Amino acid sequence: MTTYSVFIAPFVDYGFMRRALVACLALGLGSAPIGVLLMLRRMSLVGDAMSHAILPGAAVGFLVAGGLSLPAMGLGGLIAGLGVALLSGLISRTTALREDASFATFYLTSLALGVLIVSLRGSNIDLLHVLFGTILAIDATALYLVGGIASFTLIMLALVYRPLVAECFDPGFLRAVAGRGSLYHFLFLFLVVLNLVAGFQALGTLMAVGLMMLPAAVARLWAQSLPAMFVTAAGTAVISGYLGLVASFHYGVASGPAIILTASIIYGVSLLVSPSGALRRLFPRPHYGA
Amino acid sequence: MVRHSRLARRLSARHENLPQGRGRAMGCYIIFETSGQLYQWIDFDVVRRYFSILGDGALLRRAAWRRQRRDRLSLACHSVGRGAAMSETAIKLDNITVAYARHPAVHHVSGSFERGSMTAIAGPNGAGKSTLLKAIMGEIRLAEGSIDRGGLAISDFGYLPQAAEIDRQFPMTVADTVLLGTWRQSGAFRGVQPEAAAKAGQALMAVGLDGFGHRQVGSLSAGQFQRVLFARLLVQDAKVIVLDEPFTAIDARTTRDLLEIVCRWHQDGRTVIAVLHDFDQVRAHFPRTLLLAREAIDWGPTDVAMSSRNLLRARAMAESWDEDALVCEHDRAVAS
Repeated sequence: MTTYSVFIAPFVDYGFMRRALVACLALGLGSAPIGVLLMLRRMSLVGDAMSHAILPGAAVGFLVAGGLSLPAMGLGGLIAGLGVALLSGLISRTTALREDASFATFYLTSLALGVLIVSLRGSNIDLLHVLFGTILAIDATALYLVGGIASFTLIMLALVYRPLVAECFDPGFLRAVAGRGSLYHFLFLFLVVLNLVAGFQALGTLMAVGLMMLPAAVARLWAQSLPAMFVTAAGTAVISGYLGLVASFHYGVASGPAIILTASIIYGVSLLVSPSGALRRLFPRPHYGA
Repeated sequence: MVRHSRLARRLSARHENLPQGRGRAMGCYIIFETSGQLYQWIDFDVVRRYFSILGDGALLRRAAWRRQRRDRLSLACHSVGRGAAMSETAIKLDNITVAYARHPAVHHVSGSFERGSMTAIAGPNGAGKSTLLKAIMGEIRLAEGSIDRGGLAISDFGYLPQAAEIDRQFPMTVADTVLLGTWRQSGAFRGVQPEAAAKAGQALMAVGLDGFGHRQVGSLSAGQFQRVLFARLLVQDAKVIVLDEPFTAIDARTTRDLLEIVCRWHQDGRTVIAVLHDFDQVRAHFPRTLLLAREAIDWGPTDVAMSSRNLLRARAMAESWDEDALVCEHDRAVAS
């Protein structure tokens, strides 16, 4: 086994591997920065909740299109995700419930509704597909969608970077100087939902968050500044995608979990050896000296 | 304005029986029409002598105001936007009541922060001081009454909220935090100009944090972080400065340095409003005080407002209020 046959040949030989790789690159570049911002807003689990919220919309899209159609399911998922985000925001502003609590209530409702709808018409295979995704089955249409979402995400992030950061860091200040804090908050939630929709074809609704949060956590361990975190997270996501695909090809395991587990391994290693990781705490440098 | 004094005299001669008229503030003058005669370029001081100038250019005849008749006569005055910033009142509270989850926190507060004044808002815990500031900053909707910001937009206000509202774990450098103060110039999208960066550097120097620009805010102590926020306020260059407990949990030396900056803002002619806990600080540095205990106990020169009788009353008020207190029954509450 040469390096070529392990790391490059699968992508040269098989079109589906190439498409999966491109999808992973796009997903990593788009989702990872969003994940960093989610984590910094202490909304890590909100991303998870949101990914479940997408399910009933995707299921309705599945029913309407009469099968697995990413555009229909993506649109349905987008509408459902945004609906839950807006409703949760509304509930937390008008009642005593905090945003995470209202997210939890909505995503459980949504998840149950989604599984119910899929089970009405689809087979178990379809349900598995929606829940866990099939990155190897990505076709050109899906690829354009994923690539388009990633490009849109990066352009939007570049445009509203300053207000997003300000809204994260000091929301009161942004409200006072610009008066449009909640606009950016919802724009951000829109980007989250959009990336989850992109991720769910590849990784399914349950693991779409994986390529957001795991690289973000890795980035937090290695990088100090926000731009460095973005780059680290995107790099981690892309490398996990690539290595995960290679592993799933050679060992014949499901590709989605392989990608996420690769990210988990990187996270585990980072926990030990990163500058703020556990090993450094166990063996502190003496306080003077280099 | 000497060259307009003749017109001014004509107006003052007639002020007793001013019939209907319309006024419009333009620039630093008022165009005023009465008895079909048009008075232009009237010296603002003269107008002010006979009328209360509400923000937004609305005129109210003083005598009428004193009688609390609140009829605006028929001096229908146009709102003039920023032109009215010349009025001496920066912020006018008209009978405002602010409620949190339907429980009123501040009741029926009326009065004004004069332009260029330096006012402390003092009072016992739970008196509604921070709530009042949030209402002034437009963060909470008023249950009743209105706030006239004298033609200033919220973005003309420099607001320092309680530090707890800021995420200090966020990966921001000190320099970036201070540069947020240039928001009015740079906005959400424009680049940071070199002048803005220079200004941020000067501000950091002014608060004694020269050379801290590249540090992460998470690595600063509470006092240093408060200095950073003051530097941001310096860069913001706001006309009105609103501070919510700026010196809580801050060491004595930092407090002294920052108080000095606050006093300098006052000397520059900015309007300063600060919620403070330390009564000695208030007495030593703040010419005016609003003593608040759910309602305004007193609002005026500090030595009068902070009299021991008023302070006792403030405490009694704060203790007699509970969550279920009926709105506006304050007289009974005080009596009991």
